[in-house]
Amino acid sequence: MDYEAIINNLPLYFEGLWVTIQLVTMALAIGLCLSVPIALLASSKNILVKALPQAFIYFFRGTPLLVQMFLIYYGFGQFEALRESFLWPIFREAYWCALIAFSLNTAGYTAEILRGAIAQTPFGEIEAAKACGMSSATIYRRIVLPSAFRRALPAYGNEVIFMLHGSALAGVITIVDLFGAARIVNSRYFVPFESFITAGLFYLVLTFTLVWLFKRLEHRWHAYLRPRET
Amino acid sequence: MLDLHGYFPFILKGMVVTIEVALGSLLIAVILGMLGATAKLSKSRVAQGIATFYTTIIRGIPDLVLMMIIFFGGQLIVNDIADKFGWGYIDISPFFAGIVTIGFIFGAYMTETFRGGILAVPRGEIEAGYAFGMTSKQVFFRITLPAMVRHALPAFGNNWMVLAKTTALVSVIGLQDMVYNANQAGGTTRQPFTFLLVVAFLYLLITGVSDIALRLADKKFSVGVRRA
Repeated sequence: MDYEAIINNLPLYFEGLWVTIQLVTMALAIGLCLSVPIALLASSKNILVKALPQAFIYFFRGTPLLVQMFLIYYGFGQFEALRESFLWPIFREAYWCALIAFSLNTAGYTAEILRGAIAQTPFGEIEAAKACGMSSATIYRRIVLPSAFRRALPAYGNEVIFMLHGSALAGVITIVDLFGAARIVNSRYFVPFESFITAGLFYLVLTFTLVWLFKRLEHRWHAYLRPRET
Repeated sequence: MLDLHGYFPFILKGMVVTIEVALGSLLIAVILGMLGATAKLSKSRVAQGIATFYTTIIRGIPDLVLMMIIFFGGQLIVNDIADKFGWGYIDISPFFAGIVTIGFIFGAYMTETFRGGILAVPRGEIEAGYAFGMTSKQVFFRITLPAMVRHALPAFGNNWMVLAKTTALVSVIGLQDMVYNANQAGGTTRQPFTFLLVVAFLYLLITGVSDIALRLADKKFSVGVRRA
């Protein structure tokens, strides 16, 4: 085992860690913002309204993240019009392409989680809100969404961890995230075990932190579901 | 219209590799999952510990990182062993490494799925089996296994869909699956978008067909269960 190469390159790993954290947090934030309107439209009863958001969800959940990322990074360059437009500086950069792919992917998964949670809203709650004279916008804001967010929390925790793991794909398109850092160390010193296991340990720590964080969140948000302390 | 410049058979050849890798790793995952579930439910502390370690590590580390550890690291180990016995250089094929890695990863998810399925089998059915004088092996194969399938099927289906999509990663270690071939064809024809989009739809086809198959299986294994 050759630990020297790892210790000398620890700064590179920490740079990678920072890129991974950036990509994952931004993708999750953008994805969450996109997913709420998509989930609301997808739970509509009108087939014209729900067709497009459901196709979006179906596409992003049904195809590999790697293919989605390649489509944006390698694929979009095929279009002359895009190459000459003002958007090209964004689609030329691996970093932004990865961020766009991750955001859309997590938006698809999160929208499906939210759609499921919205569909499970107890009918009585909506009936009660209507009886109180709330408008349908108020019902969504006060009743449906808050309880749907609560129900979606455990599944969303899993999605966040999947996103963290999926973000390793960024290393494939030359971004120096945690996985990219391990790849560089491996190609310089040929220490596959040490380099990738080090990255793996970083990911393990991140995963456990997230699991702990979501446990805390569930403790708070699901307080009303806990058995009463005696 | 969609012009693939005669590369469609090339993509389909990659699709065959994708399906082979997916089915091969599914087989390994099911075997490992059964072993893992048995270990987790056994009374042996050691077996429980090993199975828990396995599932925790796998679920904590990205599949791509695991694949690199097994592909590059496995290569080193095999050659160290081969050196000691004087076998000369052994090359691990990406196909083999891909199947082993993905099988190993999804074995951990299957462990949890099967464990849940076995726990959901009513205790009385197993007791009844013993009361008829069956050996524990007979009880497992005649009672527990057929009864758990129904409970494990939905999660099993999810795992399979995720597994099928995970096979795309083998293109990173150089296996010529459909993503790899699409990148090749896209590069030569300068139409990467077209080819990757075709591949995306082929994945949707695979998941779509699996979905129908799983629904039929669910119907078959839920015979005699009343649903609201």
